Amino acid sequence: MTAALAVTGLSHAFGRTKVLDQVSFTVRPGDFTVLLGLNGAGKTTLFSLVTRLYHSSSGSVAIFGHDLRKSASAALATLGVVFQQPTLDLDLTIEQNLFYHASLHGLARAAAAPRIAAELGRVGLFDRRRERVRQLSGGQRRRVELARALVHDPALLLLDEPTVGLDIESRQFLLEHVRGLCAGRKLAVLWATHLIDEADDEARIVVLHRGRILADDTVPAVVAQAGAADLKGAFDRLVRAA
Amino acid sequence: MTLAQYLRCLGGIVRREALRWLHQRSRFVSALVRPLVWLAIFGAGFRFVLGVSIIPPYETYIPYEVYIAPGLVAMIQLFNGMQSSLSMVYDREMGSMKTLMVSPFPRWFLLLSKLLAGVVVSVVQAYIFLAIAWFWEVEPPLWGYLAVLPALILAGLMLGALGLVLSSFIRQLENFAGVMNFVIFPMFFASSALYPLWRVKESSLTLYWVCQANPFSQATELIRFALYGRFNPLAAGIVLGFLLLLMALAVYGYDPGRGLLARRGGAE
Repeated sequence: MTAALAVTGLSHAFGRTKVLDQVSFTVRPGDFTVLLGLNGAGKTTLFSLVTRLYHSSSGSVAIFGHDLRKSASAALATLGVVFQQPTLDLDLTIEQNLFYHASLHGLARAAAAPRIAAELGRVGLFDRRRERVRQLSGGQRRRVELARALVHDPALLLLDEPTVGLDIESRQFLLEHVRGLCAGRKLAVLWATHLIDEADDEARIVVLHRGRILADDTVPAVVAQAGAADLKGAFDRLVRAA
Repeated sequence: MTLAQYLRCLGGIVRREALRWLHQRSRFVSALVRPLVWLAIFGAGFRFVLGVSIIPPYETYIPYEVYIAPGLVAMIQLFNGMQSSLSMVYDREMGSMKTLMVSPFPRWFLLLSKLLAGVVVSVVQAYIFLAIAWFWEVEPPLWGYLAVLPALILAGLMLGALGLVLSSFIRQLENFAGVMNFVIFPMFFASSALYPLWRVKESSLTLYWVCQANPFSQATELIRFALYGRFNPLAAGIVLGFLLLLMALAVYGYDPGRGLLARRGGAE
């Protein structure tokens, strides 16, 4: 089976500061993979490279077999992204934001309308589609961003610290929604976070620390390998040993 | 990607820019008030200070307001280009530049679409200004209003591309004040917008050549001639040359492999 995301030997530096060092891992279709790391571990740089905001100094990224340097268009077409910073136009309505996104993927309005309605319905904001984003709460804006990332029906979804600043309820909603997509649509998900409790036992986990991968396996396997009682204990041991 | 998809993408980017422009009332109003202040106040004050002799494309003596109107149209486009550069910097900080950049379309096409979207807005502004300026005796021939359209598009693209290049260099939002001081004012004053260049030549030959080499002068002259139904090939050639150069620099600045984003961590 072709990996949804294959990162191989990825290294990157800004000037003399090495931010990523020989990072390799894969995400398969249907996988909910948590990229766990403290602030400054290199998660956002990794996201920037995987979304082709810029290229790495060395190594490669392939999305469903499409190399990001050689066939960027095919690779990016299957990709949905929720960035860490808010990226919605506050003065535009929810619907206008989503139609804009659909056009960035070459979707016609007629084809995009039912997709937008469906995704907004799923996050419970269909009735508010004509309201300006400025009027929404932080949690609602995140839901809009999630709906937007799914409008073009991607097969790989990347989320960079999507729950930062959200209350418990919004956080729970987002997590359950995305887990549901993995199970239902066989969507491959890479979820970056520094919050350990966002990885449950069914998730795969990639631990990133100071630009290097310390663990890459299912949660129970990582806990067992570290000889810890739970994921928090395992994470602490891995980070201390590094 | 098919041609239809490319057009949809372009259409979406233009629609967004237009919606943003309409929603940002203050930007809308200030874009109109600024040139009108120049026309109504500055124009009146300098009306009898500066005598304008008969120079092409004019065939008779003209009031000062008529002389500065094309320069003010170019100023609208200059400000608009810088505004869109500001919005790029702002976008980048707000993260929505990222949404644009992860689109599967080639990056040069996304930048060009963004540029065209800005030009559409600036051309509409220019026409609104010209309609109001009619009350200040700025009355070019009717077909001049049509002939000026390609000139406005070319000049708008060039000044927008300048904004794009700057946006790939500026990191902080507040640096726009620097853009005002180091780009907008020098370009505007060292040009033929407010005074004919033969007047500048009388004072300083060096400054005269600086003004001649200023692409903003050429954009102004291109618009001035077109507004009176005449084509200025030299100005058109220089504006086109600058457009190609600036566009190449902008594509370089936003290239994922070589550009400035990569070197400094870019959109973070």
